[in-house]
Amino acid sequence: MPRQRKGVPGVDPKHLIKEAAQLLPDPPRRAFLRGGASLGAVAFLAGCDVIDGASAENALRAISRFNDRAQALLFNPNRLAPVFPESAITRPFPFNAYYAEDDAPDVDGKSYALKVGGLVQEKKSWTLPELYALPQEKQITRHVCVEGWSAIGSWSGARLSDFLARVGADTNAKFINFVCAEGYWSSLDMPTAMQPQTQMTFKFADQTLPRSYGFPMKIRVPTKLGFKNPKHVIEMVVTNDYPGGYWENQGYNWFSGL
Amino acid sequence: MATSAAVASSSQAKHPDGRVIHPLWVRVTHWINALAMIVMIGSGWQIYNASPIFNFEFPEQATIGGWLAGGIMWHFAAMWLLVANGFVYLVLGLSTGRFKRKLLPIRPREVIADIKAALTFRLSHEDLSVYNSVQRILYLGVILAAIVIVLSGLSIWKPVQLQELTLIFGGYDNARIVHFLAMSAIAAFLVIHVVLAILVPKSLRAMVIGR
Repeated sequence: MPRQRKGVPGVDPKHLIKEAAQLLPDPPRRAFLRGGASLGAVAFLAGCDVIDGASAENALRAISRFNDRAQALLFNPNRLAPVFPESAITRPFPFNAYYAEDDAPDVDGKSYALKVGGLVQEKKSWTLPELYALPQEKQITRHVCVEGWSAIGSWSGARLSDFLARVGADTNAKFINFVCAEGYWSSLDMPTAMQPQTQMTFKFADQTLPRSYGFPMKIRVPTKLGFKNPKHVIEMVVTNDYPGGYWENQGYNWFSGL
Repeated sequence: MATSAAVASSSQAKHPDGRVIHPLWVRVTHWINALAMIVMIGSGWQIYNASPIFNFEFPEQATIGGWLAGGIMWHFAAMWLLVANGFVYLVLGLSTGRFKRKLLPIRPREVIADIKAALTFRLSHEDLSVYNSVQRILYLGVILAAIVIVLSGLSIWKPVQLQELTLIFGGYDNARIVHFLAMSAIAAFLVIHVVLAILVPKSLRAMVIGR
C-alpha cells in the first residue's frame, strides 16, 4: 500500500510544493538525455543520427504530437468519466499548482468579468451573477495529476457545451483556449470541450470555489489530466490557431487525455 | 519471406547439428525489446519520482528524461516500440510453435530439481537449444509480466476511455501499484538474466549471432 500522508494516499502538501518546483524545467540543463548514455539507438530509431539533446528533444516532441492525434482518435466524446459517491471524496482535497498555496491569485468577485472571444457570435463579458444564473449540475469525479497521484472531488457548475451553444460558438473550430488571472493558460480540443462533463465550475463540495481551488471559476475536465483543468479563468477564446499552454509548451503532452 | 525463413531456422534449432539456436526474428525482437524495456524502466522511474507510491525514490542518475515532462515523452515514445515489437514477438512465438516447444511443459518437480542444481552451479548448459525448467519458468513469467505491465499501463494512461480495464486492476490507484510491481518483476528478471548471460557467455553469443 502507498504510504498514508494526511489522509491522501501519496500526497503531502509539503512534498507537492517540492515536486511542483521539480516540475519546472531547468533551462541550462534541459537534459532530456540525462542518464541516457545508452540511448544512442533510441535516437537512431527516432530518426536522428546525432545524439544530442536538441535533436532527441525534437524527435520526442514530434512523437508527442503523433500521440496527440492517436489520443484524439481514441477519445470517445460520449464516454463519461466514472462518477463516485460523496463518501469517496478525498478530504482534504490536495492543493496543487506551480505556485505555493499562499500565492494563489486573489480574484475580486465583484469586478470579475469572464471575457468570451474568438469564433463566437456573442462577444461579451460575463459577470459572476450572470454566470451563477446558468443551469448548474454537480459531478463527483477523479482528478488525475500528471505526477501520478489522483484524488476524488466534487465540482458544480455549468456545462461548457451549453455555454458554448448560448454564446453561439463555432463548434467546428478546433480549440478553446482558457486564460487565467495570473497568466497561466491551457487549451482543449473541441470534442473534449463538448463532452457533457466538461464544466465551468463555480463550486467545490457545494461551497463557492475557494481561492486555492480557482475562485471564481475553473474549468473542470474529468477526461483530462489535472494541468488541463485551469483555475481562476478570466477569458476563453474559440480558435483554429493552436494555443498550446503553459506546461504544454514546455514539453508536457498537449492532448493529455484520460 | 522473413517469416518462412524464421520458421525454417527455428525448426533447425531442434537438431543439434542444425546449430541455429535462436532464429533471426527472436534475436531482433530480443534486442529491440531490451532497448525499449530499458527506456521504459528508466523513464518510468522518472515519472514515479514525481509522486512516489512507496517510501523511496529512484536515484536521479538512474532515471531517463531529466525532468517529469522529459520522462513522460520518453515513456510515451518507447511504448510504441515496446508494444509493436512485443506484438510481433508474441505472434511469431505462438504461430511458429516456439513458445510451446521451448517453454512447455513446466513440471514443478523439475523446477525444484533445476533450482537446486542452479544454486549449486551444477545446472548443465551443454545444449543451449533446450531450456531447463528454471529458464522456462523465468521466460514464461517475464512474458506474462510484460503483458500485465502493458495492460496496467494502458489503464493508468486511459482510466476514462478504458475504464473497464482500469476496473479489472482495482481502479486507477491500484493499477499504478500493479504497474509498479510488474516493473519490479521485470527488473528482477533483468538482473538475473544479465548475470546468467555473463556467467554463460555462449548464451549471449547465441542471442547475437544465433548459434
